[in-house]
Amino acid sequence: MDLTLSPREEEFRDELRGWLTDNHPGEEPPADPEQFDFRRAWQRRLNERGWAGLSWPEAYGGAGATLVEQAIFYEEIARSGAPPMANVLGLAMGGPTVIAHGDEAQKDRYLSPILSADEIWCQGFSEPDSGSDLASLKTRAVRSGDEWIVTGQKVWTTMARQSKWCMLVARTDAEVPKHRGLSYFLMDMEQDGVDIRPLRQITGEAEFNELFIEEARIPHANIIGGQDNGWAVAITTLMHERAGLAFALQVGIQIALRELVAAARESGAAVDPVVRQRLAQLYIEAQALRLNAYRGLTATMKRGAPGPEGSLGKWHWAEVNQALTELALDLAGARAQLGDDQWAYRFLRARGNSIEGGTTEILKNIVAERVLGLPRAK
Amino acid sequence: MDFDLSDDQRTIKRTAREFLSARYRLDEVRRLALEEPDGFTSAQWEEIAALGWPELADPEQGLGTVELAVVSEELGYALAPSPLQSTWAATALLAAGGRSDALADGRRGTVAMWDADQVGEPDAPTLSTEQDGTLTGFKLAVPDAGFADVLVVTATGGRHFLVEAKAPGVTIVPSGSIDPTRRLFDVTLAGVSGELLDAEPHAFGRAWHSIAIATAAESVGVAERAMEMSVAYAKERQQFGRPIGTYQAVSHRCAQMLLEVEGARSLVYWAAWALDSEPETASVAASAAKAYASDCGSRVTGSAIQVHGGIGFTWEHDLQFFFKRAAALAHHHGDARWHRDQVAEAVLGA
Repeated sequence: MDLTLSPREEEFRDELRGWLTDNHPGEEPPADPEQFDFRRAWQRRLNERGWAGLSWPEAYGGAGATLVEQAIFYEEIARSGAPPMANVLGLAMGGPTVIAHGDEAQKDRYLSPILSADEIWCQGFSEPDSGSDLASLKTRAVRSGDEWIVTGQKVWTTMARQSKWCMLVARTDAEVPKHRGLSYFLMDMEQDGVDIRPLRQITGEAEFNELFIEEARIPHANIIGGQDNGWAVAITTLMHERAGLAFALQVGIQIALRELVAAARESGAAVDPVVRQRLAQLYIEAQALRLNAYRGLTATMKRGAPGPEGSLGKWHWAEVNQALTELALDLAGARAQLGDDQWAYRFLRARGNSIEGGTTEILKNIVAERVLGLPRAK
Repeated sequence: MDFDLSDDQRTIKRTAREFLSARYRLDEVRRLALEEPDGFTSAQWEEIAALGWPELADPEQGLGTVELAVVSEELGYALAPSPLQSTWAATALLAAGGRSDALADGRRGTVAMWDADQVGEPDAPTLSTEQDGTLTGFKLAVPDAGFADVLVVTATGGRHFLVEAKAPGVTIVPSGSIDPTRRLFDVTLAGVSGELLDAEPHAFGRAWHSIAIATAAESVGVAERAMEMSVAYAKERQQFGRPIGTYQAVSHRCAQMLLEVEGARSLVYWAAWALDSEPETASVAASAAKAYASDCGSRVTGSAIQVHGGIGFTWEHDLQFFFKRAAALAHHHGDARWHRDQVAEAVLGA
């Protein structure tokens, strides 16, 4: 057991830290389109250094970094206050999915523009009637020569407006059980059949969109992983979403907690015994999140898969972030009613944490069935 | 970066699991708890002493705090009634004062820390010395004192006294104990001469952290076993024609147990590692581990009773011992509230 960095890992951290000091892009603009352009420029600068596709194999333009190096990267980026890269979904989900399931032609075509942010990616999985029960989705694809004609509706699509490619799961065979009749398409967003409408959320902003798809056309060659094999490919994407994010999420909590401690000191609330108990509990849970993430990294490197603690991160993170933002609001006292500061925004946004990327209920089902081996609910 | 037990530590854990599970089947735990006067037999203690386990709490003996935590976890998993945990506490403090020899040859020790007028602040004992330097006062809830050879008695000013249990003026009588697997005693001191242990405050601090970590580790083991019993029962018990584990009200309760057990285990291993390798973090880590593991032990064993339904509430079911052991451990050496206060002090300042 050793929770310190090896000399090689330390070297990587120091190099990254130094590079971030020299190349930090500064404060990002508050809103699009300037914010998107800013993040795209930032991604390109990282890509020139070979760090945009940090986890990708070197053969595909990545850095082939170890899991610990990826963890260090997330921590240092967060610590420096640098913005996220523009093509978040392409880098974290799309690229790894193409690398795992795509053919050579697809790898040649799609991977490089993801890294350079020349082509942005979005995700078309959830539908209004298919949230947790993703495999029940109704968007239909019908073969017509070398193309598929797609009609349906998708929801919770981030960055739809900037995106070139949508990772779209659609039903290609309605005659077989629901998991078997799905295919995973890359749909060109720049066509008449795709109508994008912003979806306004509880915070008032429109971070997500709805996609109304009316006879959109997708070449047959744009299926990833084979016709009717979309469920397995989609699972790869979702696993990458959960694995890659788990570490970044806990880093976000550490930073938010530091801000909250500073706020408590400033307001004088830090002497209140009840506040002290709640803050200490948050600190402890944030440590548990961090340590479980480390344990997951070690287990994945040694045995190829995280242990039981790996299934808990996203669910636990959502609970901690909700508790943290609730305490932040309580610290504001009467001013909390005004809802005019960043904590009020975070308090509202946190309600989505236990829903997005797998609801807490679905994650508990997964833990109960796959980790504890309890019988499946019928 | 390697947050995992080493091969040697795994071997120690497996050996401890095998040793304890062979000797402390749950019917034996029940017999010891309810029928054996001291709650353990001298043959059992001699075997544990022969393994060298009591010395795990002595940093001079070569093994580390992670090894101590691993064996303590298994002690909790087996629910073994044994004066080992109390002897560890005494060993850690005596070693800090350079007197671990007082427990040589399998002698047993314990720590007398709770004054009658002070119940909850382990770092603020009220017992003070008389003008002639002797100790007069009363300590409650002293684990295993009735069969200890040596007591470490805490007193004002951060002082620790080595007191022979058979010294003149020491009276030890059994008191109640919510946990039938660990006997508690009232200790009355009347003009007792004790030996003031001499150590840097820092050395005593380290000892107290190791005691908190070992206690937290025991809670993790208790909780893990209660979780396993719950999962097994949820697979087997049928109601409305299907296993109760198919109901999410039950399965999600079990998933919650895993969240707490794994979180507590990570915190305990972190604290144990930090105590030996990153001393500047050890204090906050030990309190974080003890606070979280105390809550985890109480909640998981309580939740286990709920999963079992009526049978879990009966005297004949073994869950009672897990629930009671967890409740007692939660209050040993500072409860969750006190340890959270220590964390708050480290994070927020006084």
